[in-house]
Amino acid sequence: MSELRQSHGPAGTQIMSLGAARGDLVVSNDDLAGPIDSSDEWIRQRTGIIERRRSSAAEGAIDLAERASTEAIAKAGIKPTDIGAVIVATISNSVQTPSLAALLADRVGATPAAAYDISAACAGYTYGIAQADALIRAGVAQYVLVVGAEKLSDFAKPTDRSISFLLGDGAGAAVVGPSDSVGIGPTVWGSDGSKWDAVGMDHTLKEAFDDPEGEFPTLRQDGQAVFRWAVWEMAKVAQQALEVSGISAQELTAFVPHQANMRIIDEFAKQLGLPESVLIARDIQTTGNTSAASIPLAMHRLLEEHPEASGGYALQIGFGAGLVFGAQVIRLP
Amino acid sequence: MAHTTEEVLAGLAELINDETGISPDQVTLEKSFTDDLDIDSISMMTIVVNAEEKFDVKIPDDEVKNLTTVGEAVSFITKAQG
Repeated sequence: MSELRQSHGPAGTQIMSLGAARGDLVVSNDDLAGPIDSSDEWIRQRTGIIERRRSSAAEGAIDLAERASTEAIAKAGIKPTDIGAVIVATISNSVQTPSLAALLADRVGATPAAAYDISAACAGYTYGIAQADALIRAGVAQYVLVVGAEKLSDFAKPTDRSISFLLGDGAGAAVVGPSDSVGIGPTVWGSDGSKWDAVGMDHTLKEAFDDPEGEFPTLRQDGQAVFRWAVWEMAKVAQQALEVSGISAQELTAFVPHQANMRIIDEFAKQLGLPESVLIARDIQTTGNTSAASIPLAMHRLLEEHPEASGGYALQIGFGAGLVFGAQVIRLP
Repeated sequence: MAHTTEEVLAGLAELINDETGISPDQVTLEKSFTDDLDIDSISMMTIVVNAEEKFDVKIPDDEVKNLTTVGEAVSFITKAQG
């Protein structure tokens, strides 16, 4: 009887390129303040957000994903058909099935690549990078397209004071491929389902369907509990990601945390004791919180504003509904 | 060693000052964190975590919601020290 063969890939992987797409509308704090009896000042003080980008009715998460992916594929200098897997991290696919990834693969010509979505909320992109790295090193795919794509405005309730005013629409894409040296460090990831209720939908689709006056489910959170976890627990995870990568905080070029809230980013940086030389991504100020899309969007912007950062190390960390988290040190494309 | 009520109040006032800049003499037992001192929920959580470390106590998320006044927080911390 013949022995089964196994596939093996290259020892190293890297993020080769990034692409970005933000919603086509600029939404100010004043535009949202009325229904939550709030003000521009109140929102700025609590979130650091000046404005957020949202999509008009005609633009869906798939359109944002396609725009970001097209840019990333072109920059990587590969043919779409070279892509072996398309992974989309999203919580805003408009249907339970099929996946957004399968449609995206077809739209960008990455056929017949394996395609699937990840449900890991704001950590989804880091989960996707972890999987892409593993798939390539295992020889299952040569190139992997990882995308965070969200149209969160479809799940925002104008009267909700807990999370809705933070939310934006956008997509960020990365092409991950082989590398002669290590460009993606080990992933530190995990979950804490005991805090399943801390952030998520306010009720189920079934409840909405069964109640003739039921409302479409929207996002809500227990902000205080999430803030505490996001800063003090995630600072430990970020520290672990540095340790397992063998990189010190002094060697980092950039810190790109999930863009949840500027106050979380500020406190996070304080807890980590990052040197002043480390660039800190603050894309939330004008993009809002775009969940799975926020890390690649923030990194794309950071590289546009600081092209000299290319080739340096960045610590990226995603955390959110689940609760789930993922962090890794990567070499900036 | 357990701290007295006065020590907890003074320590808490110091943490509040660090986070918000509110003068420690404004922090008295009857004051409400939100209504009187205008401390928002995020600053409150930062103060809670720093208080846990300073006084070596655990203040669970669910408990934070019940601590509306400085006096309630001081009382909770004093008791939690055992």
